[in-house]
Amino acid sequence: MISTREAYSLALLELGKENPNVVVVDADLSVSTGTHKFAKAFPERFFDVGCAEQNMVGVAAGLAIAGKTVFVSTYSMFLMRAWEQIRNTVAFDNLNVKFICTHSGLTNAADGSSHQCLEDIAIMRVIPNMKVVVPSDDIETEYYVSHTTGPCYIRLGREPTPRNSMGCRSEWRYGKDCVIYATGTMVHIALKAQRELEKEGICVTVVNVQAIKPLYTSMIYHWFNECHKAISIEEHSVIGGLGSAIAELGIPVKIIGTQDCFGESGTYEELLNKHGLTVDNIVKTAKEMCK
Amino acid sequence: MDLNSIAKDTRNDILTMTTEAGSGHPGGSLSSVEILVSLYFKIMTEDDVFILSKGHAAPALYSILARKGVIPMDSLQTLRKLGGLQGHPVKGPGITVSTGSLGQGLSIACGIALARKLDNLPGVVYVLLGDGECQEGMVWEAAMYASHMKLDNLVAIVDYNGWQIDGKTTMNIPLYKKWEAFSWNVTGTEHGNHIEGILSQFCFIAKNHKPTVVIPVTTKGAGVKKMEGNNEYHGKVLTKEELKECLL
Repeated sequence: MISTREAYSLALLELGKENPNVVVVDADLSVSTGTHKFAKAFPERFFDVGCAEQNMVGVAAGLAIAGKTVFVSTYSMFLMRAWEQIRNTVAFDNLNVKFICTHSGLTNAADGSSHQCLEDIAIMRVIPNMKVVVPSDDIETEYYVSHTTGPCYIRLGREPTPRNSMGCRSEWRYGKDCVIYATGTMVHIALKAQRELEKEGICVTVVNVQAIKPLYTSMIYHWFNECHKAISIEEHSVIGGLGSAIAELGIPVKIIGTQDCFGESGTYEELLNKHGLTVDNIVKTAKEMCK
Repeated sequence: MDLNSIAKDTRNDILTMTTEAGSGHPGGSLSSVEILVSLYFKIMTEDDVFILSKGHAAPALYSILARKGVIPMDSLQTLRKLGGLQGHPVKGPGITVSTGSLGQGLSIACGIALARKLDNLPGVVYVLLGDGECQEGMVWEAAMYASHMKLDNLVAIVDYNGWQIDGKTTMNIPLYKKWEAFSWNVTGTEHGNHIEGILSQFCFIAKNHKPTVVIPVTTKGAGVKKMEGNNEYHGKVLTKEELKECLL
């Protein structure tokens, strides 16, 4: 079991071997983001701008303008300080810059609120041209890192994540009592909840929403039309993330996520429990909806 | 080629197009004229790249691109109109990257310069900043990085007209020393609105593994009596009546 950031680190190394046009820009966090493996193998194609995220985005834009395939990595939280540069240069000019950010959500648990990021899906998906992808395991990470063209934002976590064993398949088991749309780290939690609910006679479908933008809307509608009841779960604020994107389609959805609040220091497990990002909370919510 | 004559035509274009648009930034466009004319008609080669980081000087750039035949001359009359030339530069013919939000051009220029070094490509990346723009923190992130990476294929020019929207750019003083402290080659002239003054600066660009910044002192609204040194014209345009009096 490895984290999505480790999967990225390995995928990036392979991409570097395959494609001499790939370059990487980081801002003094290469060991944490996993870009250090690429840096060691291809030092001339690795640019560490130091603690300077705005410059990181601008330099990446310049490299892309010059024809490079550019990967940019830092913690999700720290990319956000360069939102305006992302919006005005990378997204507006539709440049092939891929923002692959780690330590998203609450996964940077002990460091506390300043290093956690519960707002990134919202503020990245609002930017025109920007794709937003949240892989749930190593296989999905490798696939999306390799196949998504920029501008894109790929949201990775820090903690090891179980492999969902289905590759990039989107639905797990078919139950028509309720649909649970889950993304990223919450997919395996939703799958556990599915098994728990089955024991109590409630059959739900779990839909793994990897791409939050563009959203696979026909799939989202299909499962709502099959089940008529919907829950979403994400390690992100209930404002502006996956649940909001589904609600924007006109689907009434019970959104599970962090409320309108900041994170804090603790263990990852404690923080997930505090914010209701748990199997128990999904089970409780689904049971109430399926009464 | 008479660069002074081109500069005069460019000034007339700037005044005409901003009056026609009813808004725009004539002051900072006029201060940049000799810099842009020198670059586009004398200094830059096909291998070079230019970025207008002070994107509000777009009217000056559009005029020059039209006079170079890159965009149609009659497009100048579409400035700031729906479907026409945008108020700030947008990527397209003659425009490498969209700008307008201050502070971003130097970092982008660094990225292009890095890629050229990586690929052993010739040419210089030129980027024009405003002096007010130098208050953006991102400029100094890029300045630190460019010298660290020994980007001697990068030349920044600061249009030092001494004004920003809310007043004088005194906060920047001493501007030359700040760039020196970031390990750049620094050169400057008091004659930033004279073609010869600008051209003389580009003789001094050293290939000593450092980026270079040229800091010409210019006059905001240069060449138009009513506007010279009058900061009202940062973002105010001439009326149609005033335009008739002011055309050169």
